[in-house]
Amino acid sequence: MTDWIDIGTLADIPQRGARTVQIGGEKEIAVFRTGDDQIFALVNECPHKKGPLSQGIVHGHSVACPLHNWNIALKTGEAQGEDKGCTPTIAVKQEDGRILIARPVATKAAA
Amino acid sequence: MEFQDGLSPVTDSEEEILVPADDVREHLVVVGNGMAGCRAVEELLARDAGRYRVTIFGAEPHVNYNRIMLSPVLAGEKTFDDIIINDRAWYDDNGITLITSDPVSAIDRTHKSVTSQSGRTIGYDKLLIATGSDPFIIPVPGKDLPGVISFRDMKDVDSMLAAAEAGKAVGGGEAVVIGGGLLGLEAAHGLTLRGMKVTVLHIMPTLMERQLDEAAAWLLKSALEGRGQTILTGADTAEVYGQGKVEGVRLKDGTQIPASLVVMAVGIRPSVALAREAGLDVGRGIKVDDHMVTSDADILAVGECVEHDGNVYGLVAPLWDMCRSLADGLTDRHTGYKGSVTSTKLKVAGLDVFSAGDFSGGEGCEDIVLRDASRGVYKRVVVKDDRVVGAVLYGDTADGGWYFDLLKRGENVADIRDLLIFGQAFASGGGAMDPKAAVAALSDDAEICGCNGVSKGQVVACIEKGACSLDAVRAGCKASASCGSCTGLVENILALTLGDDVQSGPRTMCKCTSFGHDDVRREIVAQDMRSIPEVMQKLHWSTPDGCSSCRPALNYYLLCALPGVYVDDQQSRFVNERMHANIQKDGTYSVVPRMWGGLTNPRELRAIADVVEKYDAPMVKVTGGQRLDIFGIKKEDLPAVWADLNAAGMVSGHAYGKSLRTVKTCVGSEWCRFGTQDSTGLGVKTERMTWGSWMPHKFKIAVSGCPRNCAEATIKDFGIVCVDSGYELHVGGNGGIHVRVTDLLCKVSTEQEALDYCAAFTQLYREEARYLERTAPWIERVGVDYVKQRIVEDDTGREALRARFLFSQQFMQDDPWAERAAGANSDLHQHLDPISIAAE
Repeated sequence: MTDWIDIGTLADIPQRGARTVQIGGEKEIAVFRTGDDQIFALVNECPHKKGPLSQGIVHGHSVACPLHNWNIALKTGEAQGEDKGCTPTIAVKQEDGRILIARPVATKAAA
Repeated sequence: MEFQDGLSPVTDSEEEILVPADDVREHLVVVGNGMAGCRAVEELLARDAGRYRVTIFGAEPHVNYNRIMLSPVLAGEKTFDDIIINDRAWYDDNGITLITSDPVSAIDRTHKSVTSQSGRTIGYDKLLIATGSDPFIIPVPGKDLPGVISFRDMKDVDSMLAAAEAGKAVGGGEAVVIGGGLLGLEAAHGLTLRGMKVTVLHIMPTLMERQLDEAAAWLLKSALEGRGQTILTGADTAEVYGQGKVEGVRLKDGTQIPASLVVMAVGIRPSVALAREAGLDVGRGIKVDDHMVTSDADILAVGECVEHDGNVYGLVAPLWDMCRSLADGLTDRHTGYKGSVTSTKLKVAGLDVFSAGDFSGGEGCEDIVLRDASRGVYKRVVVKDDRVVGAVLYGDTADGGWYFDLLKRGENVADIRDLLIFGQAFASGGGAMDPKAAVAALSDDAEICGCNGVSKGQVVACIEKGACSLDAVRAGCKASASCGSCTGLVENILALTLGDDVQSGPRTMCKCTSFGHDDVRREIVAQDMRSIPEVMQKLHWSTPDGCSSCRPALNYYLLCALPGVYVDDQQSRFVNERMHANIQKDGTYSVVPRMWGGLTNPRELRAIADVVEKYDAPMVKVTGGQRLDIFGIKKEDLPAVWADLNAAGMVSGHAYGKSLRTVKTCVGSEWCRFGTQDSTGLGVKTERMTWGSWMPHKFKIAVSGCPRNCAEATIKDFGIVCVDSGYELHVGGNGGIHVRVTDLLCKVSTEQEALDYCAAFTQLYREEARYLERTAPWIERVGVDYVKQRIVEDDTGREALRARFLFSQQFMQDDPWAERAAGANSDLHQHLDPISIAAE
């Protein structure tokens, strides 16, 4: 069973941008909105040096980390190109104009 | 992990694929959406794009992907998206109808039509069978148990990934790979990387016996065992056992190996059932002539499913040759396929293996062997009648292409025989050879990119058509676009073909465009473009919304071209410029308020001290630009910090921007016994004039009151050194990684002239330097004489530049901090609010 948490509407997130959300005492989550209005959620940490991905430039379905410009695929959390590493993803869905994200079990265990 | 490309069968009803009434072209139906089928279509389109109406049937749910790159996907080095060869847009753009998840099940040669599994019947004028091959499943008991798979398509990779995932719960899980050939070893390597304990069973005495001799195979086996795999050679499988699912494999000698996954990779067989049922002439494969035509003149076949001149091929290189001959035939250019000599280059876990031709030895064959045990290198070249007929390389395969080239050309190697084994460098003239010369020595048909079958001649042609960067070559002819192992070769071909133009030639702005910075800026002005999407549309950007390189550049170029008109795109700003503060490595920010000319007062200092205490900032530092930097501020607190600083009269110091940073000053004639002019006062005036302006890169100014130069003006972008008779103006200095002392621009006699020249120079830099180019490299590029000509010699031009700068500044000098403190863009500083929690 998945706990879905309502975090707002599409309009709350700038296009080609991101917002952060904190659920309980768990790691901050970055919720991205792409140019084609898809929503993705990742733990707000680059696999490289934990840069806040929510502050990066969103292009296509990737985000460039603001610290060292690693490109992270929003769907998989995987670093692109030569770089290696993966940021945990969080399930997210849009329903009746609301954005719902899954309660992050993985980060709960890690925290 | 889930791999989907969102494709349901493209057509849901037969009506959609009926021939449009006005389309009288011949209909080419392709059975098989794999590498051979699509490559054949690509070759055909390259020759005569409009000649045929094309429909492709695929059994898999995907678009055309690079099957030989499944190994890196399994190993986690690539994603499925990375190995797509042709995406949906390619099918759409070329008017190709793609029918996925629906294999063709019958051919009716009499009525010239095919029928698919789902019952679609479509007529053809020409039919191309590209069904590839089927994995061979050894006929042992238990072969049909769940958990027994092959390694052939994306579905198999998904099964392996699922097994590895399930295995994690029990500390890794165990897998058996049956088959110690190329495919089996790649599967074993990927599963090992995914955390499984892998046993490889190989029925022959040595691994990869078709590609490697005994010595190389032994080296490979030792290396793989060193990586934790168990390799059993001479292992004959008796059965796969298990209750309802795989539990293990039993060998004929009674050995039992427990496993939750069994991968059968013992070989492939041409997939000929469809052709055989249609009554075509079939031997080991579908028999074709030199133009890939089967025993039915309207049916062609290509790839692993065919038999040509008695040969069946299971490697990728012959496929490219076949597709070329086939496309030539279909467009009335009958070149004909002459068969292929094949080579294998394999990389498993960083182990390089290469083989080509015949290395079985035999009468009249001589072996030349080099072993270097400490480097783990083994090389063997087989020579017959002074010609290379085979080669096996292990550990160092750099010369593989060269040996293969000698072999294919049948070149007489008598003269270089003594040095042959040491490789191309030595054999071609002693000593270490310039890698460029090595590439130059390759013949035009030498294969450069094995993944995509691209020859040196094709790479050169692509470059000559205008590709002047690695990315452009990758986009143009696909060389180096897959596994990347030939990148060095491609770069050398670029250097050879373009000479010095590789460096000085038009560099593209980024991967998203074929235009350079200067082209883009020129077109923005010439076509009066007003937004980033408009630029991308008109200049044919290849990505939907650019990348982190081009977006900030375009945003700046538009901002510079259209002051007061263009609306800044926050999402195209680097984080610091979007947040108006400097991000630090822990994700907090540092805040630097402006101190005009480095001057401050008790009120400002008190406000800074209060902020430090109120927001618990862990550090305050005096910067090199004569101001104070407050560290450790959280993004949520930034607006409140700015409000407090604003209240004391301070504004943003833009310490975070590609913009004017500071104007550094010394105390000057007001206090200093050496001072010649009021450098502090001039510094303040200069900063009041220039603050807030966005630039191609950061921009620093300094004013020194005498030639002792305490403000270090001669390593600034614009430096003023006061002298008794006036002001020396210096430009293009830099104190960064590459220290550069300024060039003297000119000397002026009044403060106002110094300010005017400063404004004009700044505007010239803003308008003409490329984004992220500091003044130092810009001046090195255009020459200081050019700058002098524009600023010093051309009075009218200077005045116009100055006017444009001051006009632009009207719109720039709003304090961004005040706007944010008043609530603008508050979403950038606040978390989203989880408003309700619902379990379902």
